[in-house]
This record gives sequence, C-alpha cells and structure tokens, in this order.
Amino acid sequence: MERIPILKMGPFLLVTIQIDLYDRLALTLENDLINMVSQTGARGVLIDISTVSIVDSFMGRILGNIASMSRIMDAETVVVGMQPAVAITLVELGLTLQGVYTALNVEKGMELLNTKLGDNLELDDDEEEDQDDRND
Amino acid sequence: MIVMTKDTMEIVREQDVVPFRNRVREFSTRIGMSLVNQTKLITAASELVRNMLKYASGGKVILEIISYNAKTGVRLTFKDEGPGIPDVAMAMRDGFSTGRSLGLGLPGAKRLVNEFDLKSNPGEGTTVTVIHWKNGR
Amino acid sequence: MNTTAQVLEKNKERILEKWMQNQLSDAALRDDLMTNDELQRQSREMLDGLLRAVSKGNYDNIYDTDFEQVTDTLRDISITRARQGFSPRETGAYVLSLKQSVIEVLVEQRQDDTSMLYREIMQLNTLLDNLSILTFETFIKGREEVILRQTDEISEISTPVIRVWDGILALPIIGTLDSARTQVVMENLLQEIVNTGSNIAILDISGVPAVDSLVAQHLIKTVSATRLMGAECIISGIRAEIAQTIVHLGIDLSNIKTKASLASALHLAFSMTNLEVRRTERHKGPKLMR
Ligand SMILES: Nc1ncnc2c1ncn2[C@@H]1O[C@H](COP(=O)(O)OP(=O)(O)OP(=O)(O)O)[C@@H](O)[C@H]1O
Ligand SMILES: [Mg+2]
Repeated sequence: MERIPILKMGPFLLVTIQIDLYDRLALTLENDLINMVSQTGARGVLIDISTVSIVDSFMGRILGNIASMSRIMDAETVVVGMQPAVAITLVELGLTLQGVYTALNVEKGMELLNTKLGDNLELDDDEEEDQDDRND
Repeated sequence: MIVMTKDTMEIVREQDVVPFRNRVREFSTRIGMSLVNQTKLITAASELVRNMLKYASGGKVILEIISYNAKTGVRLTFKDEGPGIPDVAMAMRDGFSTGRSLGLGLPGAKRLVNEFDLKSNPGEGTTVTVIHWKNGR
Repeated sequence: MNTTAQVLEKNKERILEKWMQNQLSDAALRDDLMTNDELQRQSREMLDGLLRAVSKGNYDNIYDTDFEQVTDTLRDISITRARQGFSPRETGAYVLSLKQSVIEVLVEQRQDDTSMLYREIMQLNTLLDNLSILTFETFIKGREEVILRQTDEISEISTPVIRVWDGILALPIIGTLDSARTQVVMENLLQEIVNTGSNIAILDISGVPAVDSLVAQHLIKTVSATRLMGAECIISGIRAEIAQTIVHLGIDLSNIKTKASLASALHLAFSMTNLEVRRTERHKGPKLMR
C-alpha cells in the first residue's frame, strides 16, 4: 500500500506531502505519524505542504487531528510552506487550522519548534505572545 | 448561455476524487483562470464530491465550459440519487453536520464560487450546481 | 422574376463598391486605425455571409444558425473596434452604410415593381436594424471589458508591497477596500511574503476613508490568510474615528495586533523579531538639536 515517508530529524519528525492525498492515504499518514511520535518521543512534527495545491476541509481536519493528538503526547505540530492560493481559499472556506502552528518554510518551522521547546524547558508557561503587547 | 465543452464523470469511490479534481483543473486552465480562482473552484468541487460519496454513496458530475454575456466560466453539476437533504437551510449553515464533521463543506463551497444552487428532494437525491467565472466575479 | 436573394447576389460587386464608398466618404472614419484593404476584405466577408443567410429566406431571426457567420464576424468587428478606440458612430456606421447600399441597389433593380420593392425594403430594414443593434451591444461590451481591465490594473498599481526591513513588509492601502481589492491585496501580500521570506506584514489603513463591518471582515480575512502561511500581520493607521466605529459596530479585532501609526507598528515588528533600534551618541558636545 502507498505510504508517505516520515523522516526523523533530531527531536523532530518531518513529513513532506508531495502528492494529492486521497482519504485513505491521509488517514494512514495520521496513524503512522502518531505511532512514530509515540515510538520516538519526538517533541515536534513538521508537515511540509509547499507542493500541495488543494487543502479541503477533509485535509484540514487531518492536519488538525495530527496536531491535537501530537499535543496530547507532548509534541507540537507546525504546518509549513502553505501556498498563498491555498491560504486564501482556506480562509474563504472558513477553516483556520486552530491549534496548528504555521511557518513559511521548514527552516523557520524548526526555529519555531526550537523556541517552543526552549520555552518549555525553562518552564515558562505563557503559551502564546498574543495579548500582552497590544498597547504601548 | 453557450456550452462550449462538456464532460461527465462518475464518482463512486474515494479514488475517483483526485482524477476528478485534475479534470476540473484542466477545464479551468483551459479558459485561463488564475491560480487563486482555480484553487477556490477545485476546493469547492472537492467538498461537494466528498459529500456525494459520504452521504449518497456516489453520483456523477457534469463538467462544462460555458459562456454567458461575454463571460467564460466553468460549471459543475453534482447529481446523486442519495437520501436527499430534508432541511436545506439548516445544511447550508456553518457548523451543521450529520456526519460528526466540521459542517463547512456546503457553506464553504458556496463562499468559494460565484454561483451556487442546491436542489434536493428527500428520497430522490441532491443536485448541486456551481459556476465560477474566469476572473472570479 | 428573380428573388431578392438572387438580385442581391447578382449585384454583389456593386453593393460592395457602394458600401465601401459610403464607408470611406464618412469623414469621421479614421484610416489611421485600419487600412482600406483590411476594410475591403472584412466587408466582403460580411456581405458573403449575409447573402448566404438571406438566400435561405431568413430575414428576421439573426440568432438562427443561418446567421452564425454574420453575427460572429460582426461581433468580432465591433469588439475589435471598441478595443482599438473607434467611436460608436464609426462602428455603427458599418452596418448602417451597408443598409444604404443594399437599398440603393434594390431601388435601381426594381424600378418596375414598387410594391415588391416596398416589401423587400421593409424586410431588409428589419434585418439590418437588428444587426446594427447587435453591433452596438457588442461594442459596449467591448468597452466594458476595457474598463474592467483598467480597474484591475488600477487596483494592482495602488497596492504596492514595500520591504521596510529584512523580514518586514509594509502595505499601505489607499482608498476603499472592497472585496475585489481585498483579493488583490491578499494575493500580492502573500506572494511577497513567499518571495522575501518575511515573517511580519504591516497593513497600514491610514488611507482608507472608512471602516465598516465589511471592510473589517476583509481585513480579518487578510490577517487569517497571512497567519496560515506562517507570518504575522499587524494593522496600523487606526485613526480615532475608525476605532470608534469599530467599537460601535461591535467588530471584534481582539485577535489582531493593531497600532495607531505605522511607526509604532514597525516598533512592534522590531520587538517581535528581537531587533532593537538605538540612538548612537556620536557627538558628545552640547545637544543643540534633537
Ligand atoms: N449529497 C448529499 N446528500 C445528502 N445529504 C447531504 C449531501 N451533502 C450534504 N448533506 C447533508 O448536509 C450536511 C452538511 O454538509 P456539509 O458538507 O456542509 O458538512 P459535513 O459534510 O457534515 O462536514 P464537512 O464537509 O465540513 O466535513 C451533511 O452533514 C449532510 O447531512
Ligand atoms: Mg461535507
């Protein structure tokens, strides 16, 4: 059966999605990835979708599921490289990928994971940078 | 309204979704639709075939290139003979789902295309027609 | 007795000649836009098509397949003329001068049978009037296309994406933000984010005259799309009255980073990217200027 390869890079896992996912393939990926997180104790998952041209609500839900499941196992998920056309379409569709971090490319995704990890190691518990810096 | 090209595809299994999406891409590329508009149309189409598979165990799609009032566009007609939708207004709402899903498919697809029409008779089936013009308006 | 079609067919060359004369004698016709040869070729094609349709006895339904070639050519001519900048008069005169020529020739040929002539003229009148309406319709459509294209170009020009710092983009929006414009803004911005690998985009709305709930929705969409790509978006240039309307309309911007001025947005962008701007103390003399 067709499978999408998962690469281990230090404390992170990297998946590059290069073909249009049909449902079963996407569900297999979800399974494989979660098993891999649990086996390797990975602290972060990078999903590179830079060559994916269509993300519909099904795909969106898979990405969200991977993120939620990984989080329970103490790993953060970053979706990297979303194409502009895909981003515009997802917003119109109404899908904002809540709970999923995003980054421009794999390198920036790694940086992001490293800071998140660093924060956690210092036992800083403020999750996001959102609210506190609005007024000055 | 003039129909310039026409094709019909049967959708019966999930493996039919990817070739169907490619066919929609081919049609939109042929009329010179921009990438963003193509992506919107294909994503909407993807939502609608998924519904067809999930709720009506398949159906068929008619793909057409049409011209109307000096505008060119792609029209897709999704026809199934499934259970139909008892309350269309409800189904069109964001977040309404009988499939324990996000309930974004129908309202999202409507937002993504220029024209959207849904007709459904409980017990007979559902027909959804969408049109997306070349320049997205 | 010859049918109308036969009479016209027999006198085709004369009609064409008269028609060309009529067209060229119109002082307003601009020969800078089209050569006479071209006009002649076009007119002959048109006349051939017309006579073919008329020979089938169809005088009233120009949307029938008999007329397909004629209407296609005519649409083509009108659209081209609209794009080339011909005036409506020049474009309309094309069919109207054909009508005149046809009628002139018929009058010559039917001197012995006026009632026949009358019927023929009535028929051809209706036919050519319908064709001339088609000409105008298409001409206007052609102009509309030109306008639409220009509108697109304007909104393209009026939304420049500026690279203000390594990794920081700014996009000043001037004028009303409708949904078509938002589309262009979003596409340009997101593409530029990819091209430059920028992490932060500042959307400055000082030049937007009013913010209603629709505009706010457009802004929120742009911010959401930017975030999906993995970049952050700051909205700056929120004037007092804009802040007031936003609150009065009950628009929720609490998830969005907003700043009053572009300068303070830039400041925030610096601190988000761990950059610091400091004044260097170069001259240690008395501070005369600030
Ligand atoms: N072709 C169809 N035949 C019968 N019922 C349908 C059909 N399409 C949609 N429905 C009904 O309309 C509801 C809403 O559809 P919609 O696509 O918006 O959401 P969903 O499929 O449940 O979730 P999502 O698409 O976000 O995964 C569905 O739950 C289903 O009850
Ligand atoms: Mg659905």
